[in-house]
Amino acid sequence: MNPDRLKNAGSKALLTVDDLRIAFPSRHGPVEVVRGVSFALGRERLGIVGESGSGKSQTGRAILGLTPRPGRATARTLDFDGIDLRHATPAAWRSLRGIRISMIMQDPKFSLNPVMTIGRQLIEAARRTSSRAESKDRAMAMLEAVQIHDPYRVFGAYPHELSGGMGQRAMIAMMLITEPDLLIADEPTSALDVTVQIEVLRILDRLVTDRGMGLIFISHDLRLVSSFCDRVLVMYAGRVVEEVKAKDLIRAKHPYTQGLFKCLPLIDGDRAPLPTLQRDADWAL
Amino acid sequence: MAGTFLQQTEGRYGALPTWFWKGTKLIATIAVTILGLLLITFFISHVIPVDPVLAVVGDRASQSTYDKMFIEMGLDKPLWQQFFFYVEKVLSGNLGNSFLTKKPVFDDLARAFPATLELATVSILIGTLVGIPLGVLSAVKSGTLTDQIVRVIGLIGYSVPIFWLGLLGLLVFYAKLSWISGPGRIDIEFEYNVTRTTGLLLIDSAMQGQWDAFRNVVSHITLPASLLGYYSLAYISRMTRSFMQTELAQEYIITARVKGVPEWRIIWVHALRNAAVPLVTVIALSYAGLLEGSVLTETVFAWPGLGLYLTNSLQVADMNAVLGGTLLIGVIFIALNLLSDLLYTLLDPRVRRRVGQR
Repeated sequence: MNPDRLKNAGSKALLTVDDLRIAFPSRHGPVEVVRGVSFALGRERLGIVGESGSGKSQTGRAILGLTPRPGRATARTLDFDGIDLRHATPAAWRSLRGIRISMIMQDPKFSLNPVMTIGRQLIEAARRTSSRAESKDRAMAMLEAVQIHDPYRVFGAYPHELSGGMGQRAMIAMMLITEPDLLIADEPTSALDVTVQIEVLRILDRLVTDRGMGLIFISHDLRLVSSFCDRVLVMYAGRVVEEVKAKDLIRAKHPYTQGLFKCLPLIDGDRAPLPTLQRDADWAL
Repeated sequence: MAGTFLQQTEGRYGALPTWFWKGTKLIATIAVTILGLLLITFFISHVIPVDPVLAVVGDRASQSTYDKMFIEMGLDKPLWQQFFFYVEKVLSGNLGNSFLTKKPVFDDLARAFPATLELATVSILIGTLVGIPLGVLSAVKSGTLTDQIVRVIGLIGYSVPIFWLGLLGLLVFYAKLSWISGPGRIDIEFEYNVTRTTGLLLIDSAMQGQWDAFRNVVSHITLPASLLGYYSLAYISRMTRSFMQTELAQEYIITARVKGVPEWRIIWVHALRNAAVPLVTVIALSYAGLLEGSVLTETVFAWPGLGLYLTNSLQVADMNAVLGGTLLIGVIFIALNLLSDLLYTLLDPRVRRRVGQR
């Protein structure tokens, strides 16, 4: 990690998002899926939780300028380390993506190119900041850093030859190989088995802590987020309904968050029937 | 993974290596397919209302000559035996004599097929080398004016009759502008200078260093190959567009964008490399279609290929020639299918493993 790359390390937020809105056109006019999300992020771990369709993934993609067409993202402020992302040119985006901001995708089965070896995909990422000669060494080192014990085999393997956990480790290696300042992890473990989830998360946790990078951890898993992040945003229908410290999540005030907590299974007791979430139309306003 | 796989095959087949079993299986597959093909041509030869004996002895032969020939041709034997003789004959390269040319059908085909092969190969090269970039372009710019223009170009190529375009092309580029040579493969003055080794005049003339003849062949093949190429381009570019759109919507494309991979590399390396897998089949099928001999093009351009030969034979019910040609087309299809399977395994690592496991 080289903090000198940052203009105002420490004193100022790494990422400032103010009034982010993402709209998709539809037959009945534009539909806003993110409706005024604001937050600031330092070198910390921010969790974003919410159900499907709450806009959490779109928020993550908008930070990388990857809002799928024909959707449009607008914001009052979208600032990454002094760079105004709202008016970033394609060239500016390219100099940020992969090098300073990167994102771990959900399912390695779909997010790795099936006809390219893991090694070539890693080198492609490494080449952004390293020479051709260094790239291979970096790729190998990175595979070891994500605790792959036979990096040679994985380096030459195609994605379908790896298990989900292995694939996701390769994904993490690929996204961290350039040592970015900000990492967005979009449901990085939800496609994995529960036992593998914890391993992969532990690896991610260590690397993020060691390198002191900012992390946005997007998940629908409340408990995972609360144990893994410093701060949590709870999103509902395109808005942030609550922002709390992770350790205070259990005392969350918003009825939606409380409702989610009530659905978690208890270790010493039975929760039957499972309480259903009593949705209130007011939450979506 | 590789280790367990080897153990399994060793356990199942004993000491013989895997490639041996793969090869055996491949040969067996080809043999069965060709046998099926022979069964069909044999069947056709027995249901068509053409008397094979009459075709040989002529309609003025006496009854006794007819009967003698009938027995000589083995037509009194049971069907299965006749089929057996037929297979034996075909495998020894004997396809009978052509009624029309009075020569062995095998020799006729050996002369006609290279002409078609040459035309089809140049055409499919044009169709692929122009069609794929056009398809990629229209997938990337989908919905824009560029996409529409490519669509119209393709639609014209697909729907305008090729003989009309051919005649028009001859009128403009040959008769009016004299940019190209007219019908035929080569001018008569060069015809006997080039020794036919492969039968592909482009290769033969180049190998013999006869560059005047080579230029002449090029100027003959340009128009028919462009027209056939245009026709296959229409199909190839449409399919490329649709495969590319599917690939560009995949998650791994977003991954590449997140990595900051340049857009040209995302399109031409990441997406096209994946789209190439199904494209192989499309191109192989187009090629097979061209190899059958394009009757209309070969007629318009007096191209002495398979299509022209088969049409001429059909018109006089020259069954030996027609069946021989049918057999050849069948074999071409089988060969191209094998080739595209092979390319599949080269292009798609997932298939490679599946084939290995069998």
